[in-house]
Amino acid sequence: MGEEKITAKKREQLKKTIARFSGQGEVIALLLAIQREEGFLSRSVLEQISEEKNIPLSELYGVATFYSQFSLHPRGKYVIRVCQGTACHVQGATKIAESLKQELGIGEGETTHDRMFTLEYVNCLGCCSLAPVLVVNDLGVQAKMTSAKVRKLVRELRRR
Amino acid sequence: MAGTKLKIKKVKVGLGTCGIAAGASQVYQELESLGKKEGFEVGKVGCLGLCYREPLINIEGSFGRVVLGDISPSELKGAWEDIKNGYFPEEKIIFDGQNYRDNFITRQKRIVLRNVGLIDPEDIEEYLACNGYKGLERVLTWEPEKVLTEVEKSGLRGRGGAGFPTGLKWKLTRAAPGDTKYIICNADEGDPGAFMDRSILEGDPHSVVEGMIIAGYAVGASEGYIYVRAEYPLAVKRIEKALKQAEKKGFLGENILGSKFSFKIKIKEGAGAFVCGEETALIASIEGKRGMPRLRPPFPANRGLWGKPTSINNVETFANIPWIILHGAEEFASIGTEDSKGTKVFALAGRVKKTGLVEVPMGTSLKEIIFDIGGGIKEDKKFKAVQIGGPSGGCLPDKLLETPVEYRALTETGAIMGSGGMIVLDETSCMVDLARYFLTFIQSESCGKCVPCRVGTKRMLEMLNRLTEGELSSEEIPKLEALAHVVRTASLCGLGQTAPNPVLTTLKYFFSEYDMHAKEKRCPAGVCTGLTTFVINEKVCTGCGICVKHCVVKAISGEKKKPHRIDVEKCVKCGLCLINCPFDAIYKV
Ligand SMILES: Cc1cc2nc3c(=O)[nH]c(=O)nc-3n(C[C@H](O)[C@H](O)[C@H](O)COP(=O)(O)O)c2cc1C
Ligand code: FES
Repeated sequence: MGEEKITAKKREQLKKTIARFSGQGEVIALLLAIQREEGFLSRSVLEQISEEKNIPLSELYGVATFYSQFSLHPRGKYVIRVCQGTACHVQGATKIAESLKQELGIGEGETTHDRMFTLEYVNCLGCCSLAPVLVVNDLGVQAKMTSAKVRKLVRELRRR
Repeated sequence: MAGTKLKIKKVKVGLGTCGIAAGASQVYQELESLGKKEGFEVGKVGCLGLCYREPLINIEGSFGRVVLGDISPSELKGAWEDIKNGYFPEEKIIFDGQNYRDNFITRQKRIVLRNVGLIDPEDIEEYLACNGYKGLERVLTWEPEKVLTEVEKSGLRGRGGAGFPTGLKWKLTRAAPGDTKYIICNADEGDPGAFMDRSILEGDPHSVVEGMIIAGYAVGASEGYIYVRAEYPLAVKRIEKALKQAEKKGFLGENILGSKFSFKIKIKEGAGAFVCGEETALIASIEGKRGMPRLRPPFPANRGLWGKPTSINNVETFANIPWIILHGAEEFASIGTEDSKGTKVFALAGRVKKTGLVEVPMGTSLKEIIFDIGGGIKEDKKFKAVQIGGPSGGCLPDKLLETPVEYRALTETGAIMGSGGMIVLDETSCMVDLARYFLTFIQSESCGKCVPCRVGTKRMLEMLNRLTEGELSSEEIPKLEALAHVVRTASLCGLGQTAPNPVLTTLKYFFSEYDMHAKEKRCPAGVCTGLTTFVINEKVCTGCGICVKHCVVKAISGEKKKPHRIDVEKCVKCGLCLINCPFDAIYKV
């Protein structure tokens, strides 16, 4: 798990977020909210949740590792998620993924050293009619990708 | 209209996830600045389903409504003077005020999608103007039993895959002992290649909400959950809005419309796990646990969420309900076939010319959907197969194109109706690769609880991997088939039980491709990298030398500005040259 020192201020902030999810079965919603704030779930964050909610750390870890949305490691500023759904697969998604790997110099699930990019696979973004597609962070879906468009996109993001 | 100055009141842009991907936000911005100048309103609609013609705009005014497609911001600006004077660019007209000009839509029958793409999903008034919540109003004057009878009489079967009769499911839930009961809307839409539910939720969320409230009244539940997959942020946003508006109008909350019935709905976001579409796994996930399925019975109708009787239905199932209540069970039952009533929405994608949402009466043939509505295969290539039902479904060849879409006929082919994903494949797809693709998917999504699914699918995948590398002998293929039957019979939940379908159907209908991989060590479609060679098309190659720079094993040579060659002996098939060629001159055979 990613080890990040946690400051007192952050602790307070987390406490507030945790308090917002007090209902029955809210663990997943809580973890999603924290991941959205922090970018990933660090060990110290999970420990704090465990303490305050009185849920065994192992159980939290079980949930966090079950669902593909959660990451236990810091991720890049830009998380590029390339669709590997059926419609995309039959229209060249493998080639798009290979182009990204080459352009970024990382494999699936990895993050570049400068923490700019993380490359992830996703099963379907529901934009199958515009395949192959990918999405960067929560910005809109990029349609009808080609290797050339991938290179252009990565270069643009680098320059930002 | 042509020649007269139009009074344009409102222009609505198709702002579904797909529309936005196609550039609709820029069109929206352009329209906003035009609207400010000229005094018309700008609004949004969901996806009309003609995804291949996005971005789409609806122009409304005293003249009625006109829909245009393939709109880019710059073109829009240029054409606006003409449009204002009633001259619409011919080739962009989809709906001319009287008729749809595209048979992609004229051949459809829209019940579930009745409002999608036409009304503003974020404005409850527009839903109300289309008889919205009228079904609920009517139902509240009935006894709950009457609702159950009506839904049962309609013959509606669940649209989430298995096709269980909805009326019966509700009846069982109502009859189950206990005071606290739940309604769940399954909006997990995990099948890759399916986007019906997303489009419904983004385009007409109130129809689903109304369906759920009616269900709650019928089974005696006072609380409902919508479980939406995390990959659909826009759908979540639109449901949130819809719930707030419905509550404000008194359709949700305490004493709905002055009756004794109270009902509330909460949203639960998924976190990315295909198995959570399975009902017992979904329930575990709502409870905040790992989404592991459990053995049934007991069925959720008896022991569901937090151990209470629960009726869980798919998005599309719910969207049918208000229509059935308003038009009557008889009218619904008059559409479709003996076995399957009503319509079904399909997400048509893949190598077909027109991609998008297709809603047709049950019993329509696959051929009509793919060729008459979908316009046939892209680039006029040859049809090879249609994949329906996602990872639990199957691939059907051209000789089965006359198969009607209904639960029974599709199950007989070895595929399933599934939730509505329909991916068309042409000669560029390899069926062995596709079977391997689905097993890779299943392998990574198997929750690991039962052995046949966890280990069985892994062994199957290993065999298929070897086959695509040319390392599996034809004697081993029967082993693959035998294992598939074991996994199907012995798995705990629907995921494992249906996982072998893609393999079994491709074995059944495309055996010759398996045979070629095994015996001749050849991939006829040129997809399986292990069995293909990389070649440079000398007619297209300009000799730019980019591939030479990328080739790590120095297998490419040639004079500058002259066509290059790949040395097959040295080539390690990494594919870098193919990705990097700016002229697409490199291909696989
Ligand atoms: C592995 C698996 C995945 C499923 N995924 C979905 C899904 O994404 N959406 C859905 O509505 N039903 C899905 N189902 C079917 C549900 O278990 C359940 O049958 C359905 O939600 C019932 O609703 P219905 O009666 O309206 O069809 C899935 C089933 C299995 C076995
Ligand atoms: S398959 Fe890629 S968006 Fe659906």
